[in-house]
Amino acid sequence: MYCQICKKNDATIHLTEIDKGVRSEMHLCAGCAQKQGISVNSQVPLKDLLSNLLAVQPSDEEIYGSDIGQKTCPHCGFTIEQFTREALLGCQHDYEIFENQLLPLIKKAHNGKAAHCGKVPSKVPSDERKHMELASLQRQLDEAVRDEQYETAAELRDRIKKIQTDTPK
Amino acid sequence: MKITDISNNINEWFSGAGPHCDAVISSRIRLARNLDGHKFLSRCSDSEKTEILNLLKNVTMSLQIGDNVSYVSVDEASSLDRNLLMERHLISRGHALGKGPRGVVLAHREFFAAMINEEDHLRLQVLKPGFQLNGCYEQINSIDDRIEKQIAYAFSTKYGYLTACPTNLGTGIRISVMLHLPALKMTGQIKKFLNAARAMNLAVRGLFGEGSEAAGDFYQLSNQVSLGISEMELIKQFEATLVPEIIDYERQARQKLLEDNSQSLDDKVSRALALLRNAHLISSQEALTLLSHIRLGINMREHMGAETPALKSLCGLIPRNVARSEFIQTINRLFMLTQPAHLQINHGRHLDPTKRDALRAKIIRSELGGESRQ
Repeated sequence: MYCQICKKNDATIHLTEIDKGVRSEMHLCAGCAQKQGISVNSQVPLKDLLSNLLAVQPSDEEIYGSDIGQKTCPHCGFTIEQFTREALLGCQHDYEIFENQLLPLIKKAHNGKAAHCGKVPSKVPSDERKHMELASLQRQLDEAVRDEQYETAAELRDRIKKIQTDTPK
Repeated sequence: MKITDISNNINEWFSGAGPHCDAVISSRIRLARNLDGHKFLSRCSDSEKTEILNLLKNVTMSLQIGDNVSYVSVDEASSLDRNLLMERHLISRGHALGKGPRGVVLAHREFFAAMINEEDHLRLQVLKPGFQLNGCYEQINSIDDRIEKQIAYAFSTKYGYLTACPTNLGTGIRISVMLHLPALKMTGQIKKFLNAARAMNLAVRGLFGEGSEAAGDFYQLSNQVSLGISEMELIKQFEATLVPEIIDYERQARQKLLEDNSQSLDDKVSRALALLRNAHLISSQEALTLLSHIRLGINMREHMGAETPALKSLCGLIPRNVARSEFIQTINRLFMLTQPAHLQINHGRHLDPTKRDALRAKIIRSELGGESRQ
């Protein structure tokens, strides 16, 4: 089947639209589809996604002055420029060192979330564990109130109170 | 353990058993972990990678997980062996194709595997047949706890478990459910499912073969968000709403096929059977598609009591002393044994694609009692 616009190339993109119960079909080649503003990339490679996301952020220089692009992690020698190429970090400290640049990407990848909730290694000191647990319960409470799940909210509120009263001041 | 010890068997997770086994093949949970105080792998030299490998190999091999475990050195394994481990879902494509010192510790019954030096220092996985995510999490969490007693993981109270790629940050958990959805595919409703899954931040991939093509109507549904939501909350989403709804849609589609379009169903099943029992050359893709129709047919007879002429004659092929559920295991076994690396390893040598297609056709003919078993 030929593209119905240029009538030269094979149609590789087939669109079906149903508007007010009326069905219409379009058969286009990739070039003409693009000219019509129809995107044919259904899956963007992760690397491209990461680079694009980083590209739309204000540049490092804009935020931190001209030396941030050269900023190097003292633990692994990693730079943010390497991350845009490889999509992988160099060491655990990079999360802290390049936090400002990574945060928008972290939020984008995790549905707007930027704080851990869930399992905590037993080696983490108990006051820190408690602090994390409280933050997590508070988040769940906010969500329950937002979703009008008042029974769950009451349960969560009681758990928060219990942890707070158990904690020595 | 030699690769040939497992290459002829069906893995436990693909046994066709477990809860909701008519539509769910298996459940899998993976955890991504890194060692505290060590650089991530992209910045490690080979000697640092070897140090990490030896440490994690010793720790994971020492765990009592209720089965014998073996270590396979992935960097030293042949490409066929690596492909076989990948076809059996014991290692990822990235691990098979990666570079540098790396390996996998695996339970002989294949419910557990630990990839060492993949993208992160450690990637644990537990796989179970059917739909049983809670069972998977219970087991992997206990394994993770025991590892953590011996080593310290890279962890921050703010971001959770720290991973080489920020997309795995937080819990480091990847929950996957492998589904068989042939009726949704046949009735043209699969796109709705794919769009709904993507709208809910879930990834959908195929189970076999490269890329996202879902050969054999097998779809793998996984979470993408791992930060800001606890392991149990995520599992609850899969267990309470997502997967039961999909299973329900698939069952409704099967029922609809039976009520409104049983001729088309019979046509697909009969054609599949005729081709599988008589073909002399069959590609991996074609085998997956046709076997999927057979699997659907037996499941509809077994779980829905469907009695169309084609389904009756399909089940008439099953020997009297063999239960239908066992026959499903035979079909599942064929899905696995006709994969390229399985064919070649079980045959003992490299084969070009045409020879593989001939051998694949021969194995299937022989298992399904087709003409010319030779």
